[in-house]
Amino acid sequence: MLAIVDYDAGNLRSVQRACLRVGLESQITADPDVVVKADKVIFPGVGSAESAVSTLQTRGLDQAIVEFFNSGRPMLGICLGLQIALEFTEEGNKKCLGIVPGACERFSFAEKSLKVPHIGWNELEIVGKHPMLASINDGDEFYFVHSYFAHPTTNDHVLGRTTYGDKTFASVIGKDNFFATQFHLEKSGEIGLRLLSAFSDWQGD
Amino acid sequence: MLSKRIIACLDVRDGNLAKSVKFVDTKDIGDPVSKAKEYYDDGLDELVFYDITASSDKRNIMLDVVEDVARQVYIPLSVGGGIRTVEDANKLLWSGAEKINVNSAAVQRPELVAECAHAIGNQNTVLSMDILKVETNSDFPSGYEIVINGGRTRTGLDALKWALRGEELGAGELVVNSIDADGTRDGYEITLTRMIAESVSIPVIASGGAGKPEHLYEVLTEGQADAALVASMVHYNEYKVSELKQYLNDRGVKVRLRY
Repeated sequence: MLAIVDYDAGNLRSVQRACLRVGLESQITADPDVVVKADKVIFPGVGSAESAVSTLQTRGLDQAIVEFFNSGRPMLGICLGLQIALEFTEEGNKKCLGIVPGACERFSFAEKSLKVPHIGWNELEIVGKHPMLASINDGDEFYFVHSYFAHPTTNDHVLGRTTYGDKTFASVIGKDNFFATQFHLEKSGEIGLRLLSAFSDWQGD
Repeated sequence: MLSKRIIACLDVRDGNLAKSVKFVDTKDIGDPVSKAKEYYDDGLDELVFYDITASSDKRNIMLDVVEDVARQVYIPLSVGGGIRTVEDANKLLWSGAEKINVNSAAVQRPELVAECAHAIGNQNTVLSMDILKVETNSDFPSGYEIVINGGRTRTGLDALKWALRGEELGAGELVVNSIDADGTRDGYEITLTRMIAESVSIPVIASGGAGKPEHLYEVLTEGQADAALVASMVHYNEYKVSELKQYLNDRGVKVRLRY
């Protein structure tokens, strides 16, 4: 069973609906035991990292996610799910899960024409090889909504990058059986669904 | 580089697609679900549904429309019209909307913007503003006034002041809808759009008046809008979304062409 982690952060049904579209049955769950025992996990999310991390901790889901990651089974992070997988976020100065070394920073631009949040469709520049990206082309566009971005400690974990204003940030990261996108693949049209479809085939290696 | 967005706005009345001119003379022109799917297949970036159903007993029809669309269309979906509480917003999100547009109710009770931003996130809370051109004076330093209830009620609020207040309350995006331009197809209100886009640090969606591809070009360049809302020009099949995008791309505006 594919488990979609429920921590009151965003529209999980959008993710579930998109999964169903590519033939993936899923269960939205807030139960740590269900997460730990799942075959695959999607760790989605929008909103504030600060309250999300607190909710994860209250429900014991933080440990469940790390335990699931350590099992070697495939895990997909989306947006906030990518950010919280790092060690730390500037958003509320919160310690995060630490699955991927690095931290999240807030966009800040001197030029006022660059709006924060970064909202809309932007290009992916593929910089690493990964089975999940086999059907994606360099320059394909995805839908982003975020004010913070990931900065992994090592480039080895950066699979794709995106540029907004003068800032180029990691928009796809991967470490072992964890693959994550800053963009919302469930809202990125047919190309986004292709990524989700790749997740249904991926065994985590 | 971030693309400029083309957003189609579908006014929905009792479950049917409707279109008005200057907010009156509303006609039913088709099925919103099949239109949404058609635009999605043609590369639309985002959809907005506006519920203009008058009677409250028919309000739930909108939830079914949103649910049907969300099953077929995998781009951001925004819904507005009649949202007065966080509970209304949550019902729509549960049906499949990403973003909530608040309008009249936010003018009457500004805390609604903050409550929605807190409950569903700033990025999902859109403040939609209907704006009328007025004489510039000490009450309306910007020369524009906020109107509500579909353009029927003047509020005495200066449009620029309200836009800034909306940002402060936590709105993640602003829709700038010109009542003067709505349905005229004579072009967007460039002066108004630019004034607001230059003053806030959140994305601005220009609305009202699109009739030709040039209008989109103008508002996305000179008007400094981040996104352009279209309605009549695509609803009546005069232009296809893909044609508009090709036109903008040919003139050097970055848009999403692969989908």
